[in-house]
Amino acid sequence: MSDAALIVDDLHKSFGAIEVLKGISLTAYDRDVISILGSSGSGKSTLLRCLNLLEVPNAGRVTVHGEEIRMTKRRNGDPVPADWKQVDRIRSRLGFVFQSFNLWSHMTVLENVIEAPIHVLKVPRKQAVERGEAMLHKVGMYERKDYYPAHISGGQQQRAAIARALAVEPTMLLFDEPTSALDPELVGEVLKVMRALAEEGRTMLVVTHEMGFARDVSDKVMFLHQGEVEEFGVPGDMFSNPKSERFRQFLSGALS
Amino acid sequence: MQNAIDFMPFILTGALVTVQLALASVALAIVLGMLGATAKLSGSLALRSVAGVYTTVIRGIPDLVLMLLIFYGGQIAVNEIGHSLGLAYIEIDPFTAGTLTIGFIFGAYMTESFRGGILAVPRGEIEAGRAFGMSAVLVFRRITLPQMVRHALPSFGNNWLVLVKTTALVSVIGLQDMVFRAGQAGGSTRQPFTFYLVVALIYLLITAVSQVALSKAERRFNVGVRTE
Repeated sequence: MSDAALIVDDLHKSFGAIEVLKGISLTAYDRDVISILGSSGSGKSTLLRCLNLLEVPNAGRVTVHGEEIRMTKRRNGDPVPADWKQVDRIRSRLGFVFQSFNLWSHMTVLENVIEAPIHVLKVPRKQAVERGEAMLHKVGMYERKDYYPAHISGGQQQRAAIARALAVEPTMLLFDEPTSALDPELVGEVLKVMRALAEEGRTMLVVTHEMGFARDVSDKVMFLHQGEVEEFGVPGDMFSNPKSERFRQFLSGALS
Repeated sequence: MQNAIDFMPFILTGALVTVQLALASVALAIVLGMLGATAKLSGSLALRSVAGVYTTVIRGIPDLVLMLLIFYGGQIAVNEIGHSLGLAYIEIDPFTAGTLTIGFIFGAYMTESFRGGILAVPRGEIEAGRAFGMSAVLVFRRITLPQMVRHALPSFGNNWLVLVKTTALVSVIGLQDMVFRAGQAGGSTRQPFTFYLVVALIYLLITAVSQVALSKAERRFNVGVRTE
């Protein structure tokens, strides 16, 4: 158990009366690339956001590299992290990539990339810049390092956001629909970067609608339906021989 | 004309008081505005209510009335408290009273400017800060504040110009600012028009310089914003 990069145990999350996650469990090992699929409203983004406490789960446990995120309850019964410092520490080594990029608009691409290393991880500036530039090279954004986010394309912004996530030397990368906000012709450049990261052996959890990526790049695929794990397995089996009717329908809808 | 020149040092001394009063007041207004905006956006119902009452009351009463209320009421209140503590009579000088009043009034306007500026910062960018392990304080300092300044600057500039002009009101509570002095000079020379015209031009000079500085600041804080 201790060599697992991530253990999610019976995770529940409700927004008001609506239960979005109804007891999700998942174990990811180092170097795993796991795609999380599901139609809209299936809870897949919420699941990802619960992993680094961007959403606070109502019940269940999240353990990152053997360290369980400690939870407590408010007086009104709402769950809250017992120690935000612990959450911040765990978050600081999880690289999160958002659907809408969320680059800091008042900072250049390079400033975005070195921000967390310098101010959270306390890396000396020179070292942070060196590493940041190397990461920008890796995603093909070095030439645009002094641009502001508003002045580059969506695909470039997302690649910069991936470099930002890589710059914190993450133990795990979390992607929340990284290509969904992109124009179709820009999707390819981002997927190419993600493929390269998977080949490097990075641990990745990817919420996506990209069936090609899920089938060809990931080691495991999780299919969520209405807040529950409907099917989980290796992509070869799941795509050629889906066990659940829902996943079959989902695939035919996605491929047609 | 000769009178105006003879009285210039007298008027300019008052202009200095005006500028000092404006700067001291805006400093207080910025502090109160930040506190007010933070309170209004906080999760605490009590803080939100206090800030709500503050902005509603202050923005709903004429500046002059408030100034007289605070000047006289404040004087009485301070000495009631002072008396019960066995202290000697405390005289609030007009400069302090003016600063407190104007700072207090414009703190309410700044509250709204800053609140709007904070609300204009995209939620996703704040969330990204948290996702990378930044504490709430660090996110505020590194992400919210610089962008808030950008969004709040136009309305801050507006408040500043109104504040500068509002300082003229402190002459009614006896502060020897340039309006007060223009009144005296105009009275003794029987040329009020001349001196009020001089004062008007000095106000115009202060606000014109302010506008140049503000537009420089706006350019400086608007880096990274698409302008087309």
